[in-house]
Amino acid sequence: MQPARRQPVVDMAMSGQGFVPAEALARTRALDRLRLGDAVFRQLTRAAAIGVLLLLSGVIISLIDGSLPALRTFGFGFLVSERWNPVTDNYGALPAIYGTVVTSFIAMLIAVPVGLMIAFFLTELCPQWLRRPIGIAIELLAGIPSIIYGIWGLFIFAPFLQATLQPFLINTLGNVPGIGALFAGPPYGIGILTSGLILAIMVLPFVTSITRDVFEAVPSVLKEAAYGLGCTRWEVVRNVVLPYTRVGVIGAVMLALGRALGETMAVTFVIGNAHRISASILAPGTTISATIANEFTEAVGDLYTSALISLGLILFVITFIVLAIARYMLMRIERRIG
Amino acid sequence: MPDKILASRYSGRRRNNAVATVLAFAATALGLGWLVLILGALLWKGFSGLSVAVFTEMTPPPGSTGGLLNPIVGSLILTTLAVLIGTPIGILAGTYMAEYGRYDRLSSVVRFINDILLSAPSIVVGLFIYEVMVAPLGHFSGYAGGVALAVIVIPVVVRTTEDMLTLVPNSLREAATSIGLPRSLAITHICYRAARAGMVTGVLLAVARISGETAPLLFTSLNNQFWSTNLNAPVSSLPVVIFQFALSPYKDWQSLAWTGALIITLAVLALSISARALIPSGRQS
Repeated sequence: MQPARRQPVVDMAMSGQGFVPAEALARTRALDRLRLGDAVFRQLTRAAAIGVLLLLSGVIISLIDGSLPALRTFGFGFLVSERWNPVTDNYGALPAIYGTVVTSFIAMLIAVPVGLMIAFFLTELCPQWLRRPIGIAIELLAGIPSIIYGIWGLFIFAPFLQATLQPFLINTLGNVPGIGALFAGPPYGIGILTSGLILAIMVLPFVTSITRDVFEAVPSVLKEAAYGLGCTRWEVVRNVVLPYTRVGVIGAVMLALGRALGETMAVTFVIGNAHRISASILAPGTTISATIANEFTEAVGDLYTSALISLGLILFVITFIVLAIARYMLMRIERRIG
Repeated sequence: MPDKILASRYSGRRRNNAVATVLAFAATALGLGWLVLILGALLWKGFSGLSVAVFTEMTPPPGSTGGLLNPIVGSLILTTLAVLIGTPIGILAGTYMAEYGRYDRLSSVVRFINDILLSAPSIVVGLFIYEVMVAPLGHFSGYAGGVALAVIVIPVVVRTTEDMLTLVPNSLREAATSIGLPRSLAITHICYRAARAGMVTGVLLAVARISGETAPLLFTSLNNQFWSTNLNAPVSSLPVVIFQFALSPYKDWQSLAWTGALIITLAVLALSISARALIPSGRQS
């Protein structure tokens, strides 16, 4: 859009001095050009909007296309097989799916309560002038690229856990019958637990910022009424705010879960990339995204590549479902709050 | 009810409140603590390696000194390419959703899909571009990397453009129409101008998002140890070099990785803070 060139056309079209035939003709032409430009621009924006849809269908189609060889070879067994052997070209997705689910579960177990408590702090306890700076600081955590979490996790966090938390868990919970198997084995530093903890830090800002937003959207009349009855701050949050925003909080949790499931770089650094399912969460494992990131460029042979793309397809389907639920929940609360 | 029971119930409620308050303070301290810990580690580990050589020399072979010039330039090129491709598409799509079809079916579907693309795993985007660009052409290329990043830029720009255009008051549009301005010109000259700050914010946030993205680049633009601005060949990028160097056993590679990580983080933080500064307070998306 160049105003300098367009302006005379607009002037001409609006001047209305169309009594002289030549001028009337020029005016009609100018109007036609504007009409054409209008239609072109409209169609252009429409095409771009449809392009976004095509983008998603393109992702799905290309992933399905790429994973066909592997799915044809292994069939449904791909999902439940524990083998992963590039030498014999035999692949199964179960260890990667297991690692993805367990690391994300650990992450949510920590991030959801902590995130909710921060939202409680920001909406009810924090002095007004501090709210924005703290909120921004927490959101900056979300802006830090995942590779930074990865390098930090590998060189600082994992050795720290190896020296402190992991021996502690092995010596205490590791001896408890029943759950002891979860904390068995030597402290590697890296592994499922470490990845889960890093993921927890990474998704914390998502939980916090969305729950804070829905907490803030609770009508103050409701809260004031509860305070007026003599409720403590905690009781207001627990009995008024949380029930009112339940759908939004679930949406936030699902959104964070979607992030955790698909997170690649941070996990790739600290997961250990071992294709096996261990009972212990201190042992190294792998996730779908870490497997792809680690092995894709080195994958020789069509079947190997195709098996990795199949993993990508599985990941995409899982995250798509989780994110769709998240969006649906958040849309519901938005409609309710208006 | 006897007073004693009432009193004990009351003190129980106060105790719960106190416990919750302490937990809330602790959670916030924990959240802020991680930020400080991560930034502190980055400064501590990365700052010592920061020198002029980092910005003027190529990535070294193991065991010798060097810098990060080629990955820095590569990252700048890829980011520029991604913004050039992604921004127009994103703005146009956002415009359709806010201006032409705010309430129609297409918009609500696109809105839903776009929100999913916004948080879709970026490694899947890498696989997608590998399938449609790298595999058919038979080689890794900077173009593929740029397009992969553009796929991540588009949803961010679509979202902010739509949000910001929706905030433009309708009276502005009506005024423009009443003086006979065609719809397209009203949008480009009036609405865009009113929403400019927010739209720029969207692009800045998108740049912040992609400047640290590693996963989509791993198998699209790959990496290049040498100076190369040929976009039809593999191009080096800062995140991929950090990935490679950090996981290597060589001390000087690892320290360069830390320095690179510091550079990226500072750039990303600067971008996201300036993006925030552009939006008036209390209206952040």
